[in-house]
Amino acid sequence: MREDDHVYLSLAEAQDDSRWAFGTGFEDPLHGVDTTVPDGVDPAGLAALCLGLGDDALVSSQRLAEWCTRAPELEEEVALANIGLDLLGQARMLLTRVGQVDGTGRTEDDLAYQREPEDYRNVRLVELPNGDFAFSTARLLVFSAHRLAVFERLAGGHPDPVLRAVAAKGVKELAYHRQYAAEWVVRLGDGTDESHQRMREGWEAIAPYVDELFRAVPSVPDVRDEVGAVLAQVAEAATLTVPEFAPMGGSGRDGVHTPCLAPLLFEMQSVARALPGASW
Amino acid sequence: MSVSMRAREVAERVADPELPMLTLADLGVLRDVEQAADGSVTVALTPTYSGCPAMAEMRADVVRSLREAGFADVRVTTVLDPPWTSDWISEAGRRKLAEYGVAPPGEAPRGPVPLVLGAVRRAVECPRCGSGDTEETSRFSSTACKALWRCRSCSEPFEHVKEI
Repeated sequence: MREDDHVYLSLAEAQDDSRWAFGTGFEDPLHGVDTTVPDGVDPAGLAALCLGLGDDALVSSQRLAEWCTRAPELEEEVALANIGLDLLGQARMLLTRVGQVDGTGRTEDDLAYQREPEDYRNVRLVELPNGDFAFSTARLLVFSAHRLAVFERLAGGHPDPVLRAVAAKGVKELAYHRQYAAEWVVRLGDGTDESHQRMREGWEAIAPYVDELFRAVPSVPDVRDEVGAVLAQVAEAATLTVPEFAPMGGSGRDGVHTPCLAPLLFEMQSVARALPGASW
Repeated sequence: MSVSMRAREVAERVADPELPMLTLADLGVLRDVEQAADGSVTVALTPTYSGCPAMAEMRADVVRSLREAGFADVRVTTVLDPPWTSDWISEAGRRKLAEYGVAPPGEAPRGPVPLVLGAVRRAVECPRCGSGDTEETSRFSSTACKALWRCRSCSEPFEHVKEI
């Protein structure tokens, strides 16, 4: 088959109908994009930036997908799966970019399925188990507000055109994610005594991990104030107080993780590792 | 008609896998069709959303349609910049969406989107009865590009292509 042929075509036309049993089975999501690293851009720095942002999105999408069949209502399940799908798309492009610029030639699948927990570079906030719906929406609010602010800056001026384009696309999606999460935080915070209490506990549970998130992209101008203003706006409408984000030692960007990451990866990687190169 | 124009016409007629009433040209994801001197055709597509799972199927459909039309050597490339916007859905596409029962998008926001809480949202017209008395039930739907709405006049639920 030619490189432009792919799984759906082979399935549809009864040619060679084998396909990867794991991974996307799709082509490189940057297929046909000019992937040259511009002069003056440090490939190692670019790879590290894309790896951190890619891993944040991949692990987040995995946690969001866990809400399928468990969300309070069908609409929320669909929404959370959609948000996870956007983040998975961002992760695929970012991880593909990593393999192009770091000199290893690794594919998105190599990076997603063949790394150990200590090789992952996501912030710890995204790997924490879902907890209840209030915790998940509080986390999604902080994560998407921060990622949106970072992506706006990358889209506006990063010297790598691929990262710039991925960020410009992501900005539109993240604005929807932030809106969704903010509305739920307000609804629950300004809801019943029970929902208010749970949302307050959700904010308190994520608070220790927020400073690490704010420190996770040192190459873009600090977005702490901008994100803080969004959180304050939501908190006020939700009759909540923004907790203090005290610094915590270590960083997922250096491979420091909670014990929660390994089981998540074990599940995500299990088929790929049990049956290397398998097709069906 | 030149051979190059014919290749473009074939590519423009390929249906979107998830919104089959629209062609890829209607949807605005078909960005370019070029034919080289050696006869090979290069088609440029852009994804609607980063995670759009239909991209692979779109590529396959373009390749298959062009091959069936006699173009043996076809390449499909991805364009990420500028990112897709719902403003690229053609007038014909908007008409077809409405006829199919899907409310077409209004004008997409430009520049940074501020977080607005508790605001009254712009009404979307019900594609079945035309009433403006509608409400959003979920900002996410069966595909990333659509939201779920409900008409308060005729009680029908419907989908709405989001402004992005």
